[in-house]
Amino acid sequence: MAAEFKMTPETMMALKEMLIQHVPHMRALGVEIVNAAPAQAWLRVPYDERFIGNAETGVIHGGVITTVLDNTCGMAVQLAMDEPQAIATLDLRIDYMKPATPGLALTTHAHCYKTTRNIAFVRGTAYHTDINDPIASCVGTFMIGANRTVPTGVAAAKAFMAKQKKEG
Amino acid sequence: MSDTKTPRDLNAFIEGIPYARFLGISVDQKGNEITTVMKFDQKLIGNPLLPALHGGVIGAFLEMTAIIQLAYETGSAAIPKPIGLTVDYLRSGKPIDTYARAHITKQGRRVATVHAEAWQEDRSKPIATTHGHFLLKTGEEAES
Repeated sequence: MAAEFKMTPETMMALKEMLIQHVPHMRALGVEIVNAAPAQAWLRVPYDERFIGNAETGVIHGGVITTVLDNTCGMAVQLAMDEPQAIATLDLRIDYMKPATPGLALTTHAHCYKTTRNIAFVRGTAYHTDINDPIASCVGTFMIGANRTVPTGVAAAKAFMAKQKKEG
Repeated sequence: MSDTKTPRDLNAFIEGIPYARFLGISVDQKGNEITTVMKFDQKLIGNPLLPALHGGVIGAFLEMTAIIQLAYETGSAAIPKPIGLTVDYLRSGKPIDTYARAHITKQGRRVATVHAEAWQEDRSKPIATTHGHFLLKTGEEAES
């Protein structure tokens, strides 16, 4: 499952711009990009005491996982489309397999396995270090062309990725 | 478990959930009717161009609302664990306060099924709904 796609510093910068600088909530969570490839994205959210859902156990709240998975899925959709377009989550189903371990960062992976003219279909997983030992998984659909806004940075990120692929 | 019908101080309950504070969630309780409130904050934005609340935040808010409703109705100190939930996004979340209410469809011994709905200016125009399953911990399980 390891990503074959190698990020150049330029791609990473463009993606960070798109993800972190332009999405206030991702900034608030301290989310970072781990990797990206056509139709796929990997993000990481650090463990933070502000995200705790149960003060007795220190386990982070499921909502944090939902949020980061939703964002990872959205990013995978963006990376699956030829042209950057506004997208919106239509539905998202999350299954929680086991509690996250307190103190550990969470990695998420999402793959947009199908897009139609209007809808994108995505699957995602959240884990600590091993994707085969998941904490949560999700499946979602996104509306393509949801509104007139176009996420800043997406076009730049895609151009860098296409270039990298050609040279790679 | 103690008396399962004792109304509890839900604001004290969510004090034990740092993530509820992070999202700016409070509880408005009128008798046995509970409405959760998520105060608008710039950090909740997912699309700054519209602007719109982050979809994940709305999902997290609904999940929190379900947990609070379960805590109230079961009277258990243990925080219910989500097993799985589906969020339907109906409208984009405006940069204003959001409200939600949850309804327990079925409460079993171990699992409860909950439905929740979030709205902003107009209760009849929900921005998102969810239905999900939660694991209710018994006293013994809570210690393991």
